[in-house]
Amino acid sequence: MSDDASLKVSVWRGAEAGSFETFDVPMQESQTVLDLVAWVQQNADPTLAYRYACRVGMCGSCAMMVNGVPRWTCRTHVSKVAKDGTVEIAPLRNLPVIKDLAVDMDPFFDKWTAAGGAFSPTKSRDDTVEPILPETPERREADAAIECINCAVCYAACDVVSVNPDYLGPAALNRAWSLVNDVKDGALDARLTAVSGAGGCHNCHSQQGCVAHCPNELNPTASIAGLKRATVRAALKGRI
Amino acid sequence: MIGVRLYMLQRLTALIMAPLVIGHIAVMIYAVQGGLSASEILGRTQGSLLWALFYGTFAVAVALHAAIGLRAIIHETFGLGGKSLAILTLGIFALLGGMGLHAVYAVTA
Repeated sequence: MSDDASLKVSVWRGAEAGSFETFDVPMQESQTVLDLVAWVQQNADPTLAYRYACRVGMCGSCAMMVNGVPRWTCRTHVSKVAKDGTVEIAPLRNLPVIKDLAVDMDPFFDKWTAAGGAFSPTKSRDDTVEPILPETPERREADAAIECINCAVCYAACDVVSVNPDYLGPAALNRAWSLVNDVKDGALDARLTAVSGAGGCHNCHSQQGCVAHCPNELNPTASIAGLKRATVRAALKGRI
Repeated sequence: MIGVRLYMLQRLTALIMAPLVIGHIAVMIYAVQGGLSASEILGRTQGSLLWALFYGTFAVAVALHAAIGLRAIIHETFGLGGKSLAILTLGIFALLGGMGLHAVYAVTA
């Protein structure tokens, strides 16, 4: 690939109110979308605000809208998303914009907590370690959901979040499902109550935008369906 | 805007409606193929507690099911919430249920 070639990169500038600013960014071999953003900040405009950390798809902090699709920018090759030599990069959907490409993650993590995302231990450090058998159905469900790194790509992809601000969202509910299936956790009914309110799991329309866009290939829709079944069983038994 | 109890009620009404819809379609096919006139149909339905229960249950299930569904759509489309949404949900239920039961009464009483 020639070093002379360049991309037209449109980057969101401003907060909620703002506009796209276009930069000519030199193309390079194996270039990622995060490389484009870094090039703009380091060579064209040092005031550009964006967030990243690990650059290898582990931390979940560099998620942005790339050509209208939520993605980890560090793991997205430009060659796969550029359209006619242009790339549009915007802050994550469904979250308040602080500045440029940096969003306020508070609503995302507030909902994560509201959905009962904190582990509630049943043993103390004085107890013996409980053996966890990986092949049990509960552990398989927990393991399927546990790889979430809270990048908020699913939250940005979710149309229910965009129209129902109270909705807890796929990541928070997926986390709740992993704990519902954790035999070491002791807050089952409190967690099922937390996901059964006005913004709870029952508001999911199963459109599966979260499944389509999760970079870790998790299935939050299946987790939410599991929560729906678990909450109905608990309600029928009068536990919630 | 849909909690666990409204969710359960909507699924329950769906379960109720499914066999009733099949029954209603079967009755329609029978009535049309048999060439029954309106007065012959009314002759069978009027005074029948069975048909009143069949279509009365159907009308109530539809009113509940539709009101809960419309509640979600109204909240997501227009942002309506709180008491206004609760009153509108009840209003839709009352309107649909009232119209449905009125029609059931007209053909079974």
